[in-house]
Amino acid sequence: MKILVQTEAFDLGAEVDAMSKGRTDIGAIASFVGLARDMNDGSGVAAMTLEHYPGMTEKALAALVDEARARWTLLDVSVIHRVGRLLPGDPIVLVAVAGQHRGEAFAACEFIMDYLKTQAPFWKKEETPEGERWVEARASDDAAAARWVER
Amino acid sequence: MKLRVLYFARLRERFGVAEETLEFAGATAADLVAALQARGGVWAEELAAGRAFRVAVNQDIVGFDAALPDHAEVAIFPPVTGG
Repeated sequence: MKILVQTEAFDLGAEVDAMSKGRTDIGAIASFVGLARDMNDGSGVAAMTLEHYPGMTEKALAALVDEARARWTLLDVSVIHRVGRLLPGDPIVLVAVAGQHRGEAFAACEFIMDYLKTQAPFWKKEETPEGERWVEARASDDAAAARWVER
Repeated sequence: MKLRVLYFARLRERFGVAEETLEFAGATAADLVAALQARGGVWAEELAAGRAFRVAVNQDIVGFDAALPDHAEVAIFPPVTGG
């Protein structure tokens, strides 16, 4: 299991290779990469800066990975989230999940991203032609996370 | 009791402070929020009822009825926007 908060870029291929290297029990790896866009809420975005809460961030990410492992049988999980100033096209976040079969890998990958969006203490500030602005939380992210509440 | 209080993102900028140590006479997160609102100005505005913000105690997000232990690390921040 790997959980990293870092300023540097990451490489999806390298992370997936590291996950499966030397193992023959993994049947599926599902991954997600989130990228910085050049447009949001009708304004051009020249750059964004990600702030976080050191200490709590790592704890919150570990808690949501633990929750995923309690719900599905997973063979490995990697979560990497960048902080600092990022430009359009830069990768922001990576989630990769290894399992025996695709079902749990797909589900756990989506679950981790949905929970990360509402639980992990990161905040984005965008640079737009109108000036700097903090990104507002979206109701659609709360709705996405709420889908996973156990019924 | 003594509390270490941290502010992040928009709230840190509006309050003009990232961290402070407080001597606090209340018991819960709601009591702390009320004490901060009583400072007036941006504090009253940003922490008004109906404004969206979160409280974490010792790095776990809690409800406003949560008790604050002595020497707790309390953080107040806007809803998160990572990912």
